[in-house]
Amino acid sequence: MIAIIDYGVGNLFSLKSSLKAVGADAVVTNDPKIIRSAEKIILPGVGAFKDASDKLFNSGLAEIVTEEAKNGKPLLGICLGMQMLFEKSFEYGETKGLSLLKGEIRPISDVISHDLKIPHIGWNALKFNGERSPLFKYINEGDFVYFVHSFFAAGCEDSLIATAEYSCDITAAVGKNNIFGCQFHPEKSGSVGLNILRAFCEKGGI
Amino acid sequence: MTTKRIIPCLDVKNGRVVKGVNFEGLNDVSSPVELAKYYSDNGADELVFYDITASFEQRKLFSDILCEVASTIFIPLTVGGGINTVDDFDRVLKCGADKVSVNSGAIRNPNLVYEAAKLYGDQCVVLSVDVKRVDGVFRVFAKGGRENTGMEAIEWIKKCVGNGAGEIVVNSIDTDGVKKGFDLEMLDAVCNAVSVPVIASGGAGNKQHFTELFKTLPKVDAGLAASIFHFGEVDIIDLKKELNQNGICMRL
Repeated sequence: MIAIIDYGVGNLFSLKSSLKAVGADAVVTNDPKIIRSAEKIILPGVGAFKDASDKLFNSGLAEIVTEEAKNGKPLLGICLGMQMLFEKSFEYGETKGLSLLKGEIRPISDVISHDLKIPHIGWNALKFNGERSPLFKYINEGDFVYFVHSFFAAGCEDSLIATAEYSCDITAAVGKNNIFGCQFHPEKSGSVGLNILRAFCEKGGI
Repeated sequence: MTTKRIIPCLDVKNGRVVKGVNFEGLNDVSSPVELAKYYSDNGADELVFYDITASFEQRKLFSDILCEVASTIFIPLTVGGGINTVDDFDRVLKCGADKVSVNSGAIRNPNLVYEAAKLYGDQCVVLSVDVKRVDGVFRVFAKGGRENTGMEAIEWIKKCVGNGAGEIVVNSIDTDGVKKGFDLEMLDAVCNAVSVPVIASGGAGNKQHFTELFKTLPKVDAGLAASIFHFGEVDIIDLKKELNQNGICMRL
């Protein structure tokens, strides 16, 4: 069973439907017992980092997710959930994250060309970094995924598995040992996105 | 780079897609779920569902259908029609919509865009605006294009973007249904006024019109159409291949 962490940020309807579509047994939950008994964890999130961080830490869920991830349980963060895996964010002041991965969250306006639109919204192609991640078992380099974000993970070279070009290379996905994250929305990225979720969810895979 | 987007728009009334469609291999040509799946499997980058019903009961049916569509296809979904309050946003977002399009609702209640953007984020709020030239000035029309509000369109769009609209759908009443191409002059004026994504609507009659749109106005992010896709006059995969051959970045 896969636990989708429900900490009150964003709507989990599409994520839950997409996991069902790839045949995964997923439960949307904030129950520590269920999270601890799950085989894998997905940390979703849409919205502002500070609000999400407050909710995750104040509910005690941050502690449980961190503990389970450190014990080796596969964890996938999506969008803001991916950003939460890092040490800190500079969205409206400095806020701490889960510190499961090395790096920090910065505005894309720091790095992209000034004539580009913010948020980075729409379909963009994945460029793999280093060896092919097990998360990309069923997809190819150059496949398109759907992004909606204004902040990105910086200084995460040691976990970077894919980038997307938006006048410069922006972090698209990360993965290190049992911890993974997608800046894009696999649940909105058509068959490519479903194949990423399938690779994460399948037994004997990640 | 992000690709340009091709977006089919489906009008739904009493649980059925109106105007019908003309595709081979579809058992039920007016089933929103079957059509959404068809488009999702055949190159659409995003879908717009427009609720053209009025009664409470019909609205409930629309929500049920939306839930079914959102659990069947996994590309971005925008929902419009009958969005007058933040509760309307909540209702369609809970059914799996990613973005919500407001038109007359924003004209009646100028705080709606601001309130919704604060709650759900700018990326969630799409301003749809029906524009027509009156004595050489771009004016905003309400009630499906029947009533001149007297507002100057560019000022209205700028105001809504300032309030948090994250994307603009520009429907040119002047070119809509004429099938002689998008309203490039109007779209250029909008693109030069705002920095959020602009979606062109109204006037597409063939593939070349989309090439012309993206070549002439590189700032336009997406092209939206209904009947030319529904009646098979333009096949989305063919269209995207042709655009790609013309040097326009598409998701193939």
